[in-house]
Amino acid sequence: MMQITAWDRVQLARHQARPHTLDYITELLEEPRELHGDRLFRDDPAVVAAIGRFGTRSVIVLGHQKGASTTENVARNFGMPRPEGYRKAIRILHLAEKFGLPVITFIDTPAADPGLESEERGQAWAISSCLQAFLRAQVPTLAVVIGEGGSGGALALAVCDRLLMLENAIFAVASPEACAAILWRDAARAPEAAETMRITAQELLRFGIADEVIPEPAPAHLDASGTIRRVGQVLERHLEELLQLWHKHGPAHARRLRWARYRAIGLWHEEPVT
Amino acid sequence: MRPRFRRRNVASEGTESLGPSIPDGLWSKCPRCRELIYTREFERNHSVCPRCGYHARLTARQRIALIVDPESFVEWDAGLSPADPLQFVALGEPYPRKVAEAQERSGEREALVTGAATILGVPVGLAVAEFGFLGASMGSVFGEKFARAAERAAVEDRAFIVFASSGGARMHEGVFSLFQLPKTIVAVESLSERRLPFITVLVDPCYGGVTASFATVADLILAEPGAMIGFAGPRVIEQVTRQKLPAGFQSAEFLLQHGMIDAIVPRPRLREELAHYIRLLTNQHSASPVSFVTRQESDR
Ligand SMILES: [Zn+2]
Repeated sequence: MMQITAWDRVQLARHQARPHTLDYITELLEEPRELHGDRLFRDDPAVVAAIGRFGTRSVIVLGHQKGASTTENVARNFGMPRPEGYRKAIRILHLAEKFGLPVITFIDTPAADPGLESEERGQAWAISSCLQAFLRAQVPTLAVVIGEGGSGGALALAVCDRLLMLENAIFAVASPEACAAILWRDAARAPEAAETMRITAQELLRFGIADEVIPEPAPAHLDASGTIRRVGQVLERHLEELLQLWHKHGPAHARRLRWARYRAIGLWHEEPVT
Repeated sequence: MRPRFRRRNVASEGTESLGPSIPDGLWSKCPRCRELIYTREFERNHSVCPRCGYHARLTARQRIALIVDPESFVEWDAGLSPADPLQFVALGEPYPRKVAEAQERSGEREALVTGAATILGVPVGLAVAEFGFLGASMGSVFGEKFARAAERAAVEDRAFIVFASSGGARMHEGVFSLFQLPKTIVAVESLSERRLPFITVLVDPCYGGVTASFATVADLILAEPGAMIGFAGPRVIEQVTRQKLPAGFQSAEFLLQHGMIDAIVPRPRLREELAHYIRLLTNQHSASPVSFVTRQESDR
């Protein structure tokens, strides 16, 4: 078998024909209804929200939405949320909390939108509030990285009780191109940066940041329905476990377990100080 | 328009330069208005230009010295230093060597200095970013020191004051750098639970994950005049949007207008203002000569 490089994974994760959030919503939920708007400014097409039946219960789904064509991609801002996208997610999270519904998120974005208006409307403020809302959520939460997990823009929807990744998904602090431009002073060295940055699902599992890697026997863009079905099965299993855990511990304690998970991430040396 | 060289230091990882600073010697030249200032006068004015109000960058230790009561600072967790979780090497240079150089140059083990102090008698926990250490990028140690400081401030019943500055992510720690964002937000829950004030002061430059995490979930967000603050750096925005950025874009004054921060506080006033805000939030006032009752009576 040929060795798949980190850079290959980046190409697969970004493949336009890969199933995107709305494909998962359509296939996995019975009678889903899309929900729109942040109630503050406007509806962000780069973040989609839906309510629907998953198995035997109602769930809320949130996710980044890329386009399946260039035209749709432009309309969706390539899946890059503006502040109103994060504020939409926060609003929908509160809806889930009111009705005690579990939340599933699909992560697939190169980054948060880096535009002038996004800065004006407080992109950093929107991301930090969204992170805080997810960390504080009073309901079970479950994230799957289905493609590109790009930086803080992806993370804002990903800080859940569990983090799953498709085999060809990535999660990175910056794009390999940006990292290469900064550290190698040459964006063309992105393949090398992709390797060095350790951004594949396998690495994140090894680091203990991802909980499970969902196999792609055929890359998702060649087998969309098979991929979606497998993701659905894994989600069902984790959701059952989470619901039991939340029932056993109660929301206050279950939330503390989530906090402990994120509080513990990092590696350092420590010497006694005299 | 701000001087160009300020821009250059913002978006990069910040290893090349500490940004505008005032050279040693009897006279200093303000990088903004070009005024020649007597260095002693400049330092007496908290490194603020007496003519145009330009706030020069400070090291973490200089900042602490300006803010806390003399000899009240006790450092926390000084023994933490970076590990190399990714075994990161770029252009033949391993991350640990990069760290050693930064430590040598800055005199700090990491880009965040934390500890306990009093400000005009008010007990606080402090976390102060050091931009001279790899551009105050947030790696594992930055996040861990921040988290420990917030939690210890909560246990010791102290308000938590943070001077936030950052050029962006610690690329060398990859996804570990990214996941410090939720870590710092989780850590300040300990302060919320005890209803202790958490105040951030955004100082030049403040970008990336730091702005998108603890810095902007504080109870009060203050900034120094002229500080450049945002998520994406100006260079990135110009590259992506091919738009020329308007004058004053991402300045503290711009953010105040857009409703993102509570107040801009000139450096010489910071100490008094911080103590005042904490006393107001915690409803702790020293016996005042004009009490609420006496003022009401005298109003009649
Ligand atoms: Zn000046």
